[in-house]
Amino acid sequence: MELKTVQTAHVPVRYYEAGQDQPLVFLHGAGGLDLDMGFLDALSEKFHVFAPLVPGYGDSEECPELRDMLDFTLHTWDVVGALGLNDPILVGFSMGGMIASEMAAVAPHDVSRLALIAPAGLWLDEHPIADIFALLPYQLPQYLFYDEVAGSKVLSTGADLSDPKFLQAFLVRNARQLGAASKIMFPIPDRGLATRLYRIQAKTVLIWGDSDKLIPPVYAQAFLKGIAHADLKIIPESGHVVPYEKPEAVIRAIACLA
Amino acid sequence: MKFTWFNLMPWPYLPEDFRQKNRSVWVDIDSKLFDPAKSHELYNTYMDLLEYAGNSGFDGIGVNEHHQNGYGLMPSPNLIAASLARRTQDVAIVVLGASIALYNPPLRVAEEFAMLDCISGGRLVAGFPVGTSMDTNYCYGQIPALTREKYREANELIMRAWHEREPFAFNGRYTKLRYVNVWPRPIQQPHPPIHIPGGGSLETFDFCLDHTYSYSYLSFGGYLRGKALMQAYWDRVAERNTSDLSPYRAGFAQTICVAETDQEAERLYSKHVSYFYNRCLHVYPGFADAPGYRTIKTIQKGVLSQYARPVGGLFPELPWKDLVEGGYIVAGSPETVRQRMEDLIQQLRVGNVFCLFHIGDMPKEKCMYSTRLFAEKVMPRLRNLFSEYEGDNRFWCKPLSNRVSAGVLPADSEVISAVGF
Repeated sequence: MELKTVQTAHVPVRYYEAGQDQPLVFLHGAGGLDLDMGFLDALSEKFHVFAPLVPGYGDSEECPELRDMLDFTLHTWDVVGALGLNDPILVGFSMGGMIASEMAAVAPHDVSRLALIAPAGLWLDEHPIADIFALLPYQLPQYLFYDEVAGSKVLSTGADLSDPKFLQAFLVRNARQLGAASKIMFPIPDRGLATRLYRIQAKTVLIWGDSDKLIPPVYAQAFLKGIAHADLKIIPESGHVVPYEKPEAVIRAIACLA
Repeated sequence: MKFTWFNLMPWPYLPEDFRQKNRSVWVDIDSKLFDPAKSHELYNTYMDLLEYAGNSGFDGIGVNEHHQNGYGLMPSPNLIAASLARRTQDVAIVVLGASIALYNPPLRVAEEFAMLDCISGGRLVAGFPVGTSMDTNYCYGQIPALTREKYREANELIMRAWHEREPFAFNGRYTKLRYVNVWPRPIQQPHPPIHIPGGGSLETFDFCLDHTYSYSYLSFGGYLRGKALMQAYWDRVAERNTSDLSPYRAGFAQTICVAETDQEAERLYSKHVSYFYNRCLHVYPGFADAPGYRTIKTIQKGVLSQYARPVGGLFPELPWKDLVEGGYIVAGSPETVRQRMEDLIQQLRVGNVFCLFHIGDMPKEKCMYSTRLFAEKVMPRLRNLFSEYEGDNRFWCKPLSNRVSAGVLPADSEVISAVGF
């Protein structure tokens, strides 16, 4: 995939692009795109994929003007506009699913196809979501992966927190990325989406790992209930990071929208 | 020199295996460990101790704000300060402080500080902490990446409220008020002196210098570890060509234990010091620093990783000897303590020392003993350090000269005769 820059009203935005034909916008989760590159490569064999980075992620510029959910929602619409796209298939994973849902609720006539992969944005008191802002690196795999052991190996590649240089880079990255995510996800990833879900007009597919321990599949039912035209695809033997663990199944589910 | 006797108010009944059985003393501490009936005596004892120090020659008695914290029983320091204002006469009431970004509207702090200043006759030294990540983000739910912006706006609102004499509208991002008209107003005009407890953020250094606030570093790591951070502050002061290098621009908190001899200090206090360092400071590292709470600039300067970061991991089970030699605590005979305190004051260049005499589960009597020895045998010999800056009154309170104290309650018959029935 090619890493490019597009200018928006507030900030230059970095995005990955590959593929052709039907345009598809993929919005990443709070962890960034690191785990998703393989998935996006495969996705770009079927679609013209655009995957913008939330300001502060990767090497992109931070954007202090983005403070709340409406800012994030309109900013991402600005990105779609700046890319010259009209009614792309809108796909969001986790935090990206929260943003995509808000975009579809705010501008229901501009999104006809929506794929939400284990989206954040709702809160059920009986099923509290783990506090990703208080997890230590070694605790992440148990929430993210179906295969925790394999997941630990992937996440810890190159990680040596006892090396001050590495630690500093790690802290800077965390402050930039999760700092940005905190604006819409801290302390609870709910900014009132539940009251706006009814506005979504898009044909929607909800994609969930059957063993998601971060946002458990019970949340899928809450989204199903709130969105008028939604189907649910549960992916077996998968945790929260479905696009990483089961890319083909996710792509098949998205393809139903095309 | 200004010496403030500071009480954190720790909960002294944490079990011996607290560290093994609990993940954190802060934020998600097991609330079953708190016994309200026991706290009744405890609060009163802690306030007795503050009042005792207030009569022992200290310049100030100090309180601060923590939430859901096993070593701090003061979610509201102003409540304690109000009570102290009534039962003390001349000593400064140092509130270090009220976390201005946590109150909605932050004007509440301007009002309460004004009340304290009025009740105490102008004895308030006020503090505006950003607040730790544990308190501000994890306990009080403030968004880490927006905390500093909100804090600055709160400071601006409070300062305008204290400076301006006509009602005004305040159209902030976080607070919108049509009629800002703070009432009551502080005795000290335009406002009481402000101290900012910080943890090494460069932005906070500049913030203090911009507003002529005093910067204080309240750590439990002791002065040898605090030196690099304070040096970074003084470097910044010099870099900005600040008008003066007054040591009153800075303060430092230090745990202190005084006895007749070094050996007696160990015998009397080591148990309580160990309680504090090994149980009270057991903080889950995931709560130490919410992502976005520190600015990138601060992390990149590396001030943090070395000095302020791992609250939980910073204090492994340390024996007395290591705590003393490592400068975590200043402990020993009056002469030992004097030497080390002089070293601390000179090396860090601090005119304000926040002295922590009550440590962990220390009983009242030992705390008073240590306090008394310091007040009588140590403090007088440190008084004259930085005498060339004695006239710098920007960072200390200016009380009314004619102050009243809590009245003696008359008998019923006296009330009746006074009205003339």
